[in-house]
Amino acid sequence: MKPGIAEVLEIHEKGKRDSLIPILQEIQEKEGYLSEEAVVEVGKHLDIPSSRIYGVATFYNQFRFQPTGRYHIQVCRGTACHVLGSATVLEHLEKLLHIKAGQTTRDGLFSIEIVACIGACGLAPVINVGGEFHAQVDAARVAEIIDEYRKREETI
Amino acid sequence: MDCTIEVNNKKIAAEKGELLIDALSRNGIRVPTLCHMKNFMPSGSCRMCVVENQSNGRLITSCSYPVEEGMKIQTNSPRVVESRKVIVELLLSNHPDDCLYCVRNGKCTLQDLAGEHNVVERRISGKKNDHHKDLSSLSIVRDPDKCILCGRCVRVCEEVMDVSAIDYINRGSRSVIGTAFNKGLNVSSCVNCGQCILVCPTGALSEKPHINEVQMALNDKDKMVIVQYAPAVTVSIAEEFGLEPGADLNGMLNAALRKMGFDRVYDTSFSADLTIMEESAELIHRIQNNGVLPMITSCCPAWIKYAEEFAHDMLPNLSTCKSPQQMLGAVVKSHISEKEQKDPHQIYSVSIMPCVAKKFEAQRENMTHRGITDVDAVLSTRELIRLIRLYGIEIEKLEPETADSPLGVRSSAGKLFGNTGGVMEAAIRTAYYALTGKDLVSFRIPEIRGFRGRKETRIRIGDLELGVAVVSGLKNAHLLLEEIRNGRNDIHFIEVMACPGGCVAGGGQRIGCGESDILARMRTLYAIDDQETIKMSHKNPEVAELYREFLGEPLGHKSHELLHTSYMKRDVML
Repeated sequence: MKPGIAEVLEIHEKGKRDSLIPILQEIQEKEGYLSEEAVVEVGKHLDIPSSRIYGVATFYNQFRFQPTGRYHIQVCRGTACHVLGSATVLEHLEKLLHIKAGQTTRDGLFSIEIVACIGACGLAPVINVGGEFHAQVDAARVAEIIDEYRKREETI
Repeated sequence: MDCTIEVNNKKIAAEKGELLIDALSRNGIRVPTLCHMKNFMPSGSCRMCVVENQSNGRLITSCSYPVEEGMKIQTNSPRVVESRKVIVELLLSNHPDDCLYCVRNGKCTLQDLAGEHNVVERRISGKKNDHHKDLSSLSIVRDPDKCILCGRCVRVCEEVMDVSAIDYINRGSRSVIGTAFNKGLNVSSCVNCGQCILVCPTGALSEKPHINEVQMALNDKDKMVIVQYAPAVTVSIAEEFGLEPGADLNGMLNAALRKMGFDRVYDTSFSADLTIMEESAELIHRIQNNGVLPMITSCCPAWIKYAEEFAHDMLPNLSTCKSPQQMLGAVVKSHISEKEQKDPHQIYSVSIMPCVAKKFEAQRENMTHRGITDVDAVLSTRELIRLIRLYGIEIEKLEPETADSPLGVRSSAGKLFGNTGGVMEAAIRTAYYALTGKDLVSFRIPEIRGFRGRKETRIRIGDLELGVAVVSGLKNAHLLLEEIRNGRNDIHFIEVMACPGGCVAGGGQRIGCGESDILARMRTLYAIDDQETIKMSHKNPEVAELYREFLGEPLGHKSHELLHTSYMKRDVML
């Protein structure tokens, strides 16, 4: 078992099913995502079938099942961003990277996550790429931003 | 009945707190439903069972609403009828329009309800479902496009089978039913029992078809095509052809199979007798040599896979006997091929089973002998019915014929294999004889008969008192195994069948059978046992002949090579 998973399970009582969601959150915090191993081990710990855990975890947007990319992109889908076109931003991002929200590109460079309001409504629509905020993005700007990160990667 | 409610302006008696739908159905008031199953957790997911609560003017789902004193209900008010129609239309809005090509055409509850509610045009058009069809399992095909998310499969898998291979994934309009990480069923913990197929109201779940392969073999002049049919099959098809439920069509089935072109027609009940010879010898051997006890039967392939996944600590307890299907297949491709001077590769071996897990079993790696498979294709009872229709056979008009010899004569004990408790009863009869040299005074063992999920009794054989337990429904097996793990040691022999009620209620049986049909099948098998003269497996003359001519003795070298197998721990996502 990966040490990150073991550490989390250690502090939660065996068989206590109510702890499922906190456990998943803590594992994701440590590992960045929920691996198959994590789901199986949590299942053993709490005596819940892995299909049920996967069902619960996919119910919530916050859980992901692939490791995050080097540049993890958070797309704000809060009200202000929505009004100013964040749906289009997300759509373009998904098309550009050939992945859906919650997934990671094959080269491991980018991953997308949808987040509710990140408290930067004045900058709407806003995305956060690996900790760097980009304000007032639109379809064209999204393409430029991705290009910039790709270039940055090449020069490293 | 402790309260009165008013339904459609008439008073009916009901039990306070029971589900409204139960009270209605007891009084002959039918409410359509797609998700409700009696004795299961209510889910209320399909909304078809809405009725109007006149006290507050609300529509309520009768499958999940408890009866209250003085309720006033309308089950067919204009509002109710219109709502139900819209529900069907909404369910159809993303449904593939391919009823004609659907395996469940004519046997689909959604289709029936669309007809009943006079849905004759598409008023609501939605984005069509577009999911991957899961063809990965050797037994079960899953087509999520046809799924209406009623959740019956999920509940059966959890509440009856204790497997929970599938569950709801995602949320809202993106919900689907699938395995952990939405992988193929083949790598999930699915045990292939097929109970999900029986409860599915649409064509989202079906068996992996083998009909085409069988037809191709029948058309191949160079192949000798042999067929065997399981004990439960002959008593499970009568309703389909307008005969009395549970009627035994054994003789007619023999005739029908010959008409289709099968070169030899064998009866799996014969090899059930063979299984009993081996299994009872194994039980006695274990008891007399301090072997691992309790011994657990191994005829049910869904149970075997369950044990390999969930109870691998108990694998040494499993009888090493192959199931009757595999035993007959093995004997055909060794003894019969020798006798008939046929290359085993030129023999195509078909079995007809009330089961879909048998499809998986036939393809297990250790069910081959020197690269030759015991059984090549497995048809479910449903596929048999299709085949009978395909060949235009009016089975109900055929003159009964007998099965081919050898491997055609059976004892009625072998026939009992179709019922929960049947394997146990047959095994006890033969073990009793083997240990005492005498037959049981009364051949019936009523304590282990009937539909109940768990039956136990103690049987005195000479100076040995044998504790036996019979369980059906894997959840019951799980509970019993827990008791044994916790130190219970008064049981020597356990029979497990995965499907509740045994093979008569198997996952390969006709769709839409009620409890009364299943009980009728059960009764027929016991009636056959009452009427026939050979009631014990060891009295089957053809079994005795097979041992004399070919096998030697039970647990002998040949038996070991052909009739026994081994099991392994399976690593799947539990």
